[in-house]
Amino acid sequence: MTIFPDKMEKLEIKNVSKAFEGRAVLEDVSISLKQGELVSLLGVSGGGKTTLFNIIAGLLTPDEGQVFLDGREITGKPGSVSYMLQKDLLLPYRTVEDNVALPLILKGMKKEEAREQASALFADFGLAGTEKLWPAQLSGGMRQRAALLRTYLFSRDVALLDEPFSALDTLTKSAVHDWYLGVMEHIKLSTLFITHDIDEAILLSDRIYLLTGQPGKVTREIAIHAPRPRRKDFTLTEEFLDYKRQILAALGQ
Amino acid sequence: MKRKLRNTTRDKGPALIALGGLLALWIAASALEWVPGYLLPAPWDVAAAFATEAPLLLEHSLITLQEAFYGLVLGVGLGFLFAAAMDAWDLLYRALYPILVLTQTIPTVAIAPLLVLWFGYEMAPKIILIVIVTFFPVTVGLLDGFRAADRDAVALLRSMGASPLQVFRYIKFPSALPQFFSGLRIAAAYAVVGAVISEWLGGFGGLGVYMTRVKQAFAFDKMFAVIFLISAISLGLMALVDWAERRCMPYRNSKGEET
Repeated sequence: MTIFPDKMEKLEIKNVSKAFEGRAVLEDVSISLKQGELVSLLGVSGGGKTTLFNIIAGLLTPDEGQVFLDGREITGKPGSVSYMLQKDLLLPYRTVEDNVALPLILKGMKKEEAREQASALFADFGLAGTEKLWPAQLSGGMRQRAALLRTYLFSRDVALLDEPFSALDTLTKSAVHDWYLGVMEHIKLSTLFITHDIDEAILLSDRIYLLTGQPGKVTREIAIHAPRPRRKDFTLTEEFLDYKRQILAALGQ
Repeated sequence: MKRKLRNTTRDKGPALIALGGLLALWIAASALEWVPGYLLPAPWDVAAAFATEAPLLLEHSLITLQEAFYGLVLGVGLGFLFAAAMDAWDLLYRALYPILVLTQTIPTVAIAPLLVLWFGYEMAPKIILIVIVTFFPVTVGLLDGFRAADRDAVALLRSMGASPLQVFRYIKFPSALPQFFSGLRIAAAYAVVGAVISEWLGGFGGLGVYMTRVKQAFAFDKMFAVIFLISAISLGLMALVDWAERRCMPYRNSKGEET
């Protein structure tokens, strides 16, 4: 029997549980994502966040629960939502352009056509001029941009970003946040974002789920009402600090 | 680029000096008659033999090269199929890998006469021997390469809905290229040596056949000429592999320039 979720939800995760070799990692996790929303999953490392993403991406099958995209069940089926990891995973033997175009080629598009579609977006992502370079020739920040563009080209629907910026140093990260907020203004990607960085979560998100405990459970949902477009100096406001206090209190720190 | 050039000179300098020293010693030994000429021919005698025998050497070289080429192509092709299958099915890997290692303990010189008995004096036994000796380094190189492929990259492609064949084509195969070329370089040298050894044991043409003939005639100058030619052919083939490697992996050259 199929359960029809609320029409408003882009992505809906219902009552997902998962155990590995008898050890429960996720327990009864339900989260949702609306069209164009950016929602963060905040929690300590090893709290089951990545397992949850693998389930949403269809790489793992949950022991219990279901995943819906636009009301259609996608539990255990890869290829529906795009997925970006902390490692940029740009293939060293393909040019930046060919890396970015890879998801289109995998879908059966001709190489030339895929390249064309990819290069049309290079400027929007701040990657103009890097098309023919090898990934090794890009800086860390630029590589993440390229990885995000590849994610975006795979699906303009829903993106799962697993700590995409956590490997970057503080200054680069801050610049990438600025860039990311700018890009999001006009691409309106529905995004589920994993992070263990509280500041990053508040700055970027519309809503934050706190995923805590062993096994991981959603213990709190916090909506960030600050208007968009947000600027980096939002992190210095009293409002921002209020949110941060709330989260720290909820995490028991 | 500049740094690369300097590296090459620094790397090869000592080897070139040592090689020059050996050549000087050989010239001295011949000129001062430390060793009788019928045991160790002088460099100029070898050069002269090479010049007069050039048309004959070319003819035999072509036969040897042909055998080496067919054997190498078949060995690489077979190695590729085995490596791909063994990577895809772990059971096959566990079943065949020990046998693969076992084949390497069989001395080439020992099975070559058997192959001649079974397959005759034509090209077949020579090509089979070359396949046997080239197959192993290529298979092992590819297998290691396939297994070294980044698991996260494979997961990423799977999340994009890639088929196993697409994962192979876009991740596993390109990741295995460096190890594949290392294996191929060894295989290319083995192929020439394998061809010559199998020609020794019977055949109608090829550098190995030429070698046995001049040996029986005690023509040591010609013997030396053909030995140098075989070395040169092996080096040439290895250089060809290096060239193909650079062509197939241009991203490797650009890495150093940036950092």
